[in-house]
Amino acid sequence: MTAVTAPRVAGGRWASQVLGEAGIGVALAALVAFFLAFAPYFGTSQNVRDIMTQITINTILAVGMTFVILVGGIDLSVGSVIALCAVVAGTAMTDSGLPTALAVPFAILISVLIGAATGFVNGFVTERWVVPSFIVTLGMLYVARGAAQQYTGAATIYNLPPGLTRFGTATFAGLPAVFVVAMLLVAVAWFVLSRTVFGRLIYATGNNEEAVRLSGHRTSLIKVACFVIGGACVGIAAIIYMARLGVASPILGQGYELNAIAAVVIGGASLAGGRGSVIGTLLGACLLGVLSNGLNLMGVSDFQRTMVTGAVIIVAVVLDAYRRRLSVRLS
Amino acid sequence: MAVLEVSGLTKRYPGVTALDGVDLEVRPGEVHVLIGENGAGKSTMVRCLSGIERPDAGTMRLHGRPYRPDTAADGLKAGVRVVHQELALLPNLSVAENLFLHHLPRRAGVVDRAALDRSARNLLAEVGLELSPRTPVERLGIAQMQLVEIAKALSGQCQLLIMDEPTATLTPKETGRLFEILRRLTANGVAVIYISHHLEEIFEIGDRVTVLRNGQHVVTREIAGLTTAELVRFMVGRDLAHEYPPVRARERGEELLRVTDLQVTPATPPLSLTVHAGEVVGVAGLVNSGRTEAMRAIFGADRPAAGRVEVRGRPVRSRHPRAAVRAGLSFLTEDRKAQGLVLDLPIAANMSLASLPAVSRFGLLSRSAENRAATRLAEKLRVASQGVRQHVRALSGGNQQKVVLGRWLAADTDLLIVDEPTRGIDVGARYEIHQLLLDLADAGKGLLVVSSDLPELLGICDRIIVFSRNAIAGEVERADFDAERVLNLAYSGYLKGVSV
Repeated sequence: MTAVTAPRVAGGRWASQVLGEAGIGVALAALVAFFLAFAPYFGTSQNVRDIMTQITINTILAVGMTFVILVGGIDLSVGSVIALCAVVAGTAMTDSGLPTALAVPFAILISVLIGAATGFVNGFVTERWVVPSFIVTLGMLYVARGAAQQYTGAATIYNLPPGLTRFGTATFAGLPAVFVVAMLLVAVAWFVLSRTVFGRLIYATGNNEEAVRLSGHRTSLIKVACFVIGGACVGIAAIIYMARLGVASPILGQGYELNAIAAVVIGGASLAGGRGSVIGTLLGACLLGVLSNGLNLMGVSDFQRTMVTGAVIIVAVVLDAYRRRLSVRLS
Repeated sequence: MAVLEVSGLTKRYPGVTALDGVDLEVRPGEVHVLIGENGAGKSTMVRCLSGIERPDAGTMRLHGRPYRPDTAADGLKAGVRVVHQELALLPNLSVAENLFLHHLPRRAGVVDRAALDRSARNLLAEVGLELSPRTPVERLGIAQMQLVEIAKALSGQCQLLIMDEPTATLTPKETGRLFEILRRLTANGVAVIYISHHLEEIFEIGDRVTVLRNGQHVVTREIAGLTTAELVRFMVGRDLAHEYPPVRARERGEELLRVTDLQVTPATPPLSLTVHAGEVVGVAGLVNSGRTEAMRAIFGADRPAAGRVEVRGRPVRSRHPRAAVRAGLSFLTEDRKAQGLVLDLPIAANMSLASLPAVSRFGLLSRSAENRAATRLAEKLRVASQGVRQHVRALSGGNQQKVVLGRWLAADTDLLIVDEPTRGIDVGARYEIHQLLLDLADAGKGLLVVSSDLPELLGICDRIIVFSRNAIAGEVERADFDAERVLNLAYSGYLKGVSV
């Protein structure tokens, strides 16, 4: 009801927010320094663009996952749902007979709607029958994968519109266009989580659902909305996937949910809900991407890279827990 | 020689002395009853005796030997068995496994099922439960679970049996059975400490009684020759030590809240009550007398089985707290940590949680408006903090309570239901909160104040509604305020047939 002037307190909060994420930021900076020193070509602008392109899909999925995890949920169906979104949206583009200028927006709409719909089912079942989202989304993982295969008869769709694939390699202001899309999404998510009433209720619900409910809010609605947002992000990621690879396959995306969860957790979110931020998630996705890219440039094999990635996830979470206990003791 | 000798037992919690130099002596073969109002120190006593809590001062001797349990396991080893008020059974395990969890019979390292079933059957027979020992505990009714809990206490070597409200869920027949068991045990020299709100039971089973009040020992007497009236007088005492802010005369305004035939569950009696503008209505009753459940049902925190709730004559569909808040109700819960505070959010965010529209526009939060509103409230409530962006986790109990109160002040509803507003709060903050509640009434709000602290209700209320065994046992107007009268009403539902 009053004019919004920048208060000093908000500045203080910003500083504490940055500090809260400094742990992962420092780790990322150290990793970058290490690879600059030891990985050939790591610092070239082409490689930086490559990293950005590589982390785009996981960043988008992880942003959606952040919403789900903030309210204490988890979404294991992401990897299958992205395949379902892709094959349905891909078919819409190739078989609808619409000109590219119409077919692509139509496909985006379909993809986002399918993602949001699966998110709604996940959230609704979880809340309505009070069952763990872990199990519900595990079920959805199978359902969506099967549906994707059923839809195309297990075939892969190749002849996607060239306009779409051109977008997959386009640059915008020197940055990969798909990465710009991911950054826009991060910005919107950051705004929603930190500046809106809805975002406040998400954090509060993840923290103490009963207190929020007794303050007169429908917490179930908030939680279902978070699953829907997570699903919609998967729909966007499906379009980016097709733009980048030029195909839509019903078996794509296996294990993507775990990469997304890893990025969110490395970014400092608590799986119990109520704690985490989209900036942390972005840094988590960057860390995973930089690690994979740098090790690759150093000639480390695929298998070893997978092992190192796993170890880094564990170390990151242990360090984060240690840092938190330290800060609690200091305060 | 006494089985148990306690002298000078003292236990302090931050801001409260729960036990203040209490003496207690329990003789072999005796049922020693421990009574007192809510918060008198009975439960703390049990926790010290069983080893769950370590006393700050005083000594305990068991059969003449020093007894200093560090953990509940030490207590068990010494032969001290406790049947707690809350059941502590593992629902997925069988009855037999629950009974012998701590010393399962083994043969060659494997659980000897036959021996286990045999011993379990013996124990179950002793408490009169006809059940297969292999039945999973989750399939039992609450009374059966209570009996299993009692049977569990009887397994192994038992020197001292402590029972904390064991009959709360039992039928008269099961209670009779329990008393038979107790008589058999005491005949074998076992000493029993028996805690109960049911005064009639005390006269039936007890040998001696010790009365606690405000953590202090009041009296120990033979039960034979005592009357319930005397017992009540011992519990209430003469001194109502706390000071309360002056209550100004107020006009009783229009009717704000009318509850008609509200049933919390289909099995509980219908409740009706009204609250007017400018009125502070106390809700007294023993713990578990259905006070909190009734308040939750009025607010829609739990869906009631039947009944009507009207605010200013308009019906509220009590299905969700949202409807209640919109109709003008607030509810300060008794458990501020579990149900009130969002511990990891700042003071300002906690205070705005029920009034977000006032600090936002088109769904966008205005941090500055939120901070201003919170700062104003924090000053008014005198919250001691490093600023309104400080997380509430770090605040003291009294300040945390002020933050939750601030949330409802910000919501500015006509009627406030406050459940145990001063529990676990130091004396200074107590006075401030009492003053605040009275100020609200002066400003024309209606208040329902639930409290286990009777002097508190007598100090600030215009009228007290007394709950007893899930029903409203009566109402007392300020002109007729009298602790004994309220307490007699509170016990009335548990006193089938005993005249006071």
